[in-house]
Amino acid sequence: MMRMQPHSEFAGVPVSASAVPIAIELSEASVTFGRGDRAVPALGTTSLRIADGEFVALVGPSGCGKSTILRLVSGLVQPSTGVVIVGGREVAARALRVGMAFQNPTMLPWMTIERNIMLPLKIVEPFRSQFRKLRKTEYRDKANALLEQVGLKGFDNRYPWQLSGGMLQRANLCRALIHEPRMLLLDEPFGALDQFTREELWSILQDLWIAHQPTVLLVTHDLREAAFLGSRICVMSARPGRILDDSHVTFARPRTVAMTFEPDFVALNQKLRAFIVDARTASAQRAT
Amino acid sequence: MPDLDYRQKAWSAALIVLFFVAWELFCLMTGMSDLVLPRPSQVFVTLFEKFPILWPHILQTLATTMIGFVLGVGLGVVLGAVIGVSKTAYDTAYPLLVGFSSIPKVAVVPIFVLWFGSGSVPAVLTALSICFFPIVVNIATGLATTEPELEDVLKALGASKLDILWNVGLPRTMPFFFASLKVAVSYAFVGAVLSETVASNRGIGNVMMTASSNFNVPLVFAGLFVLAGLGVALYVIFSVIEGRVTGWATRKNDLLAT
Repeated sequence: MMRMQPHSEFAGVPVSASAVPIAIELSEASVTFGRGDRAVPALGTTSLRIADGEFVALVGPSGCGKSTILRLVSGLVQPSTGVVIVGGREVAARALRVGMAFQNPTMLPWMTIERNIMLPLKIVEPFRSQFRKLRKTEYRDKANALLEQVGLKGFDNRYPWQLSGGMLQRANLCRALIHEPRMLLLDEPFGALDQFTREELWSILQDLWIAHQPTVLLVTHDLREAAFLGSRICVMSARPGRILDDSHVTFARPRTVAMTFEPDFVALNQKLRAFIVDARTASAQRAT
Repeated sequence: MPDLDYRQKAWSAALIVLFFVAWELFCLMTGMSDLVLPRPSQVFVTLFEKFPILWPHILQTLATTMIGFVLGVGLGVVLGAVIGVSKTAYDTAYPLLVGFSSIPKVAVVPIFVLWFGSGSVPAVLTALSICFFPIVVNIATGLATTEPELEDVLKALGASKLDILWNVGLPRTMPFFFASLKVAVSYAFVGAVLSETVASNRGIGNVMMTASSNFNVPLVFAGLFVLAGLGVALYVIFSVIEGRVTGWATRKNDLLAT
């Protein structure tokens, strides 16, 4: 499982018209949990190619395997069939420089926000070997610069329980970005927040993306969120998921919440909604 | 808040004093023989007079308790960590552990005596075997309940199992661990005294056995008081350490104060 994909093989994969390198590629990948009678297909055969620096939103009915795609890309799950190539090599047991954030911010309660955010630096090379030396200087500055970008300046020495849900989720984004990952994997990061906080965080995430240019894969239930943030939206079918539609979103950036009420945006939302309604009905019919 | 805390402590102290006063009065009014139930004042006098004789026994009991406790904690932490990290190990080992812990330890003392002779070794072993179980359970539970999302975040960074254990698992387990230390130290104490009572010629347990066969009932009670005092002292020491180390787990109470 640990074997590296020879570089020439990856170079041999035909790259799309643009010269931008491919960051993530799933070719004919599927995931099945369990074996025999108890096998549960989590993800149908899926091919997906994401260019470096793209912001891709994955939407679809619940249980369709959106999160499974994230876990495939991060190397937490191995494909049952097919191949997953991230950053030019086959995903082995461990992927490098991936930032992840989930709906649950999972800040460690015994550490200040600053130290929570610095946690990836304690684990990922090349930061890890210098951690003791730089944690009080360079790394602290890095953490505080990020905190400032998400509007949490001055909260570095607070403990997680002193922050609201929205603030914790901002800190969570900082933690996902501190080690300068080329890839950001977000699994419904704003799912537990109220409407207004969520919209505020869309803008913050957009700004972070513009500033750092990572490749982002965002799993969400919220179609407005997908259309607001994504450069590209992939709609998935019901379990076992496949990609039904894959379209680019061309609204100018930076996008604003006001834009989400304009006709073009609303039309896009309705189109996405129709796909998911169809997918749900189709799966309901299959079930009966 | 400190006002309330102070008042609480005053009530606790008052209750203790009241308990001894009631006991004293009860003995005086019923004319109870001190062969059955000595008055607390008699017990305290005996304790004071016999203290030079009691002192080496106190040290003996404390030593066996602490050695058994330290070994038990060491064993418990290792076992708890192994069981807590792996779900399979947890499910596999749990029935056996529960089986072991259900055995009344007084029943094991004769076996230890058979193997190692009477004296300090059985006391240490009894203390160890009685105190390691709460440690194992608490460490294992603390580790096993680490949030899966956090584990995923760290694994995606390329963190090894050891990284996760060191940075998340162990600190997260600290409140469980220290809570179990308080319990374990009391258990170890009980175990050591138990073993001394059954088979030893030293220690507070042995003093009480000897005193009771000589019908020196005030001395028996003096031994009891010593045990209670030591038990409370050990508990308090570990409570203080717990508060220092794992304040974050209870800090929510200070929210209004900040």
